[in-house]
Amino acid sequence: MEPKRIQAPLTDEDVMSLKAGDNVLINGVIFTARDAAHKKLVELMDQGEPLPIDLTGQFIYYVGPTPAKPGQAIGSAGPTTSGRMDAYTPRMLEHGMKACIGKGLRSQVVKDALQKHKGVYLAAVGGAGALLSKKIKKSEVVAYPELGAEAIHRLEVEDFPATVINDAYGNDLYAEGAKAYAR
Amino acid sequence: MRELAASTISDHVAEMCQEANIYLGEDVFKALRKSLETEESPTGKEVLKQLIENAEIARNEQTPICQDTGFAIFFVEWGHEVHLTGGTLEEAINAGVRRGYEEGYLRKSVVTDPLYDRKNTGDNTPAVIYTDLVPGDRVKISFAPKGGGSENMSTVKMLKPSDGEAGVIDFVVNHVKAAGPNPCPPIVVGVGIGGTFDKVAVQAKKALFRPVGEPNPDSRFAELEKTILGKINDLGVGPQGFGGRTFALAVHIETYPSHIASMAAAVNINCHAARHLERII
Repeated sequence: MEPKRIQAPLTDEDVMSLKAGDNVLINGVIFTARDAAHKKLVELMDQGEPLPIDLTGQFIYYVGPTPAKPGQAIGSAGPTTSGRMDAYTPRMLEHGMKACIGKGLRSQVVKDALQKHKGVYLAAVGGAGALLSKKIKKSEVVAYPELGAEAIHRLEVEDFPATVINDAYGNDLYAEGAKAYAR
Repeated sequence: MRELAASTISDHVAEMCQEANIYLGEDVFKALRKSLETEESPTGKEVLKQLIENAEIARNEQTPICQDTGFAIFFVEWGHEVHLTGGTLEEAINAGVRRGYEEGYLRKSVVTDPLYDRKNTGDNTPAVIYTDLVPGDRVKISFAPKGGGSENMSTVKMLKPSDGEAGVIDFVVNHVKAAGPNPCPPIVVGVGIGGTFDKVAVQAKKALFRPVGEPNPDSRFAELEKTILGKINDLGVGPQGFGGRTFALAVHIETYPSHIASMAAAVNINCHAARHLERII
């Protein structure tokens, strides 16, 4: 099946058009955050303080790239394990995040929150950091520079490939995919 | 007595850190290409193609295969007849890691204390080093940058001797099933059997240093490797967990003699970027 081109940020309508198993190519601006940045963002939410980035409609990519070599926009930049962000993801969705990109299993709480807030979880190919870095045309730190590779980066992406794992309807590619090929 | 300068060790280590992270080994390439022929899922095939393309980009552009350039793990076989000069082995290896990770634009992924500060050491040291003394006047250094995502999906269990072969199979297959897509499949599964609680984990790690797909020299364990691999791939998890026939590229078993009361078992998982390298100095 041909991949669908989608433009970041996403509307509710965009989210509802995505189904588990869809291959997509993401274009536009996305933001990065890993464990440490999530912790800081959720602390601000708890205190009712403004966030350093507006999450409305945004994609969050779970990645900690290698340092860029001279001439590179970014170093190797594949997804990290999403489960470590499970504790924070429902809060991110409450604050407007529409999509997150990582790899690996999500908790039931996250899957329920995706349905409730109309969000979607996608996986990029884990370990394909060199290939994925070519789809990132520009990278700049927009918050928490002290976190180094874990700082929040603003990325401009072109045809960044990902696969929908958990959609807003409660479908789960990890469960369905394995069922289809188990013997 | 052969004299060997610590700086020589550091030079080799610095090169190995970069080489292993940039050039995927031919053993892994071969295993990926072979699985592309047998994979039945179109999405699975697409993932395998992306992984092969990724390794080619890394090689051509001298950029890391994966952004997780790992915890630096070393197994050193040190010949009795070699005398190290100008520093300790530990210092020499760490100096090489420091230089290799900086010069190679590799990610520094090590934090100081694991619970409280978690402050990045800034140079990917310290390395994890295992040393064996062996006869002769050569030094063999084996290096693997070990990613955190797959390492987190590893475990040890003290089985009972009465659990037997079926117990080992169940333990490994059930554990790998629970790990699912998290360790970046297609994975390489390192299995340790025997020894103590600590030794069995080292054996499982050592199993990941074997060229991918090379069987255990003992035909009984080679057969067991095949059986477990078949059961793992029959789970249908497939490349990246998207569904398919290639969940694992290989299962490697390393054993050690066991206490009469015990049958320790360990699983250490590697992602498809099964990076490992050795040099004889």
